[in-house]
Amino acid sequence: MSTSPFALELRTVRKSFGKSEIIRGAELAVAPGERVAIIGPNGAGKSTLFNLISGRFAPSSGEIRLFGERIDQLAPHQINRRGLSRSFQVSNLFTRLSVFENIRCALLWSMGHRYAFWKFLAGMDELNDRADELLEMLHLDKKRDVPAMNLTYAEARALEIGITIAGGAQVILLDEPTAGMSKSETRRFIQLIREVTEGRTLLTVEHDMGVVFGLADKIAVLVYGEVIAFDTPEAVRANARVQEAYLGSVLAEAQAQGAHA
Amino acid sequence: MSAVMSQTTASAPPQGPGAAGGLTPGATPQAHRRARVPRGDSYHFKPYNVGRWLVWGLYAGVLLVAPLLWTSSLAQTMLSQIGIAIIACLSYNLLLGQGGMLSFGHAVYSGLGGYLAIHTLNAVSAGQLALPVSLIPIVGGLAGLGFAALFGYVSTKKSGTPFAMITLGLGELIWSMSLMLPEFFGGEGGISGNRVAGQPVMGITFGPQIQVYYLIALYCFICTGLMFAFTRTPLGRMLNAVRDNPERVQFIGYDTQWVRFLAFLIAGFFAGVSGGLSALNFEIVTAEVVGAARSGAYLLFTFLGGATFFFGPIIGAVLMVVALVLLSELTKAWLLYLGLTFLFMVMYAPGGFASLIMMNLRVAAFGKLRPLWTSYVALALTGLTALLGGSAMVEMLYHLQLNEALGPQMRYLGMTLDAKGLDAWFGAGFVLVTGGALFELARRQFRREWDQAQEEIEKEIKRRESL
Repeated sequence: MSTSPFALELRTVRKSFGKSEIIRGAELAVAPGERVAIIGPNGAGKSTLFNLISGRFAPSSGEIRLFGERIDQLAPHQINRRGLSRSFQVSNLFTRLSVFENIRCALLWSMGHRYAFWKFLAGMDELNDRADELLEMLHLDKKRDVPAMNLTYAEARALEIGITIAGGAQVILLDEPTAGMSKSETRRFIQLIREVTEGRTLLTVEHDMGVVFGLADKIAVLVYGEVIAFDTPEAVRANARVQEAYLGSVLAEAQAQGAHA
Repeated sequence: MSAVMSQTTASAPPQGPGAAGGLTPGATPQAHRRARVPRGDSYHFKPYNVGRWLVWGLYAGVLLVAPLLWTSSLAQTMLSQIGIAIIACLSYNLLLGQGGMLSFGHAVYSGLGGYLAIHTLNAVSAGQLALPVSLIPIVGGLAGLGFAALFGYVSTKKSGTPFAMITLGLGELIWSMSLMLPEFFGGEGGISGNRVAGQPVMGITFGPQIQVYYLIALYCFICTGLMFAFTRTPLGRMLNAVRDNPERVQFIGYDTQWVRFLAFLIAGFFAGVSGGLSALNFEIVTAEVVGAARSGAYLLFTFLGGATFFFGPIIGAVLMVVALVLLSELTKAWLLYLGLTFLFMVMYAPGGFASLIMMNLRVAAFGKLRPLWTSYVALALTGLTALLGGSAMVEMLYHLQLNEALGPQMRYLGMTLDAKGLDAWFGAGFVLVTGGALFELARRQFRREWDQAQEEIEKEIKRRESL
């Protein structure tokens, strides 16, 4: 798409709400195909960072580039059309539509159907096949015709991810995808995320260190709106600044867990 | 309960493109394309949708046969109005039920469509324009579309409460304009016309009411088909998505404002068609057609009919004409009854009549309706008793207030009541209280049986799922 070596690039991004500055010059450069986990203490600005990248809020200053193109002043739908898609921490579904319709809606734009009102959905075989394929991949095929509001928590989370990846975006942002899940559910879910995001650039916000080490090639540590470290998990663990600033103890614990796993 | 009601709008329609395409003129060749040879296990069985043909055939049949069964001129007038109201209410429901847009000013588009239509009709009468009368409703539709483009551009920038407020404001604006621009709106007398104009096509002059009825019926059927087809298209589905969760829509590549705006245009077009038809039907258009009362009626009856199902507004339209024409003749207190009906519907069955029908069909589909029959009879009898007592009191009160000069004697359902007599009031009160109490008992019994039936159905569904 462009000559930029990075799928996603943040250059001194700042965001203030009123007088309080939440993001203070965050820098990040993610190469295509990398899986990045963003960690940090509560209130570090992880969700805000996602909201800035996905266009929910505009940054106060700085640049955000997707494959070299600036996206920081675009609306969410324009950013999505350029190949970036996000999920939400609290499942954000089309509650009265069936599971199948949810996925189909998420596919429509990318398959070129746009605002068409002169052709029938039922006649779009490619679209419908693709939607069914995705449902199978998400293990939701048995719930195909159930309204999204009647799903169990784990199923709703799976559908949330499904809507996010359906459009074929190359850069995927997952906001705490496994929040509120049990240990066994989480393990299965991580496997699912791995499968469906194969070959794409992935950014996740996570609290669960097991998930972080299970999923990520690289870890970005966000503290008070700044990325204080961005490296491989091993290097981040060893980073003195990270240990000092934030999670020496948490990391050590996770390390112990990781060793067992 | 709400889960049940929304199921039809929500769940995927049966895969029957052949059937859907055959029903509606908007079909593209794609809709007729045969299921291609599938890869692997994703073969789609696309059955010929007999049920859908049956329903649409029945609909067409009713529209065709109705004026032959009810031949009085009152009946024909009412049937014509019902056809017009169906288009108007369905177009309103594109906004309310399909798009979650609460508009308080839908009469603006049907009304202005009506005005443009009557001016066009007069131009045809004067020989300035050679347009068949049968196409004048399309002029109304284009006018509705144009004004929807103009005003919708402003109102659909917002959703929710701000949208509702803007539509209310625009409605008031047009209403006040109607008094300021008598050249266009015709002042108090309105604009009248003569629908027997231009060259008759195949001997059809549109002089007799029955000819106008069949023109309305034809438009009604085509418009219903087109609006139903719309709900099966990408834009139609995204409109549902915008209704459910506008925020998420933005993150799957769609501009919510644009979806709302396009839907608003389409709703405006069909509203304009209904306005154009009513201009032909009445041969006069007065300022009240753009008024808040008309907009309110669209909202109220679309809701009563049921906004969560496509066919709900059709029921609503029938009720609208029956209430406005018949009920208002029957009793002076009709607005009170209407208000009470609306109140109870909002409280106990927010999905309208359509949802009541669909819930019972669901129970019937699982073979659980039969045991409920006795409860329904009990509900009907006790409810009617309470209504009898209550409405006797209402009518006596109205009689005392409005017909004082006629003396205290009044007729009520073949009885003579003394509106000033203690025994009449006492008797009516007794009937009301007894009926009400028995109704409450019947309601509790029904509630138990209903809940039990629902529970059994849920179990049955679970059982089938696990097979």
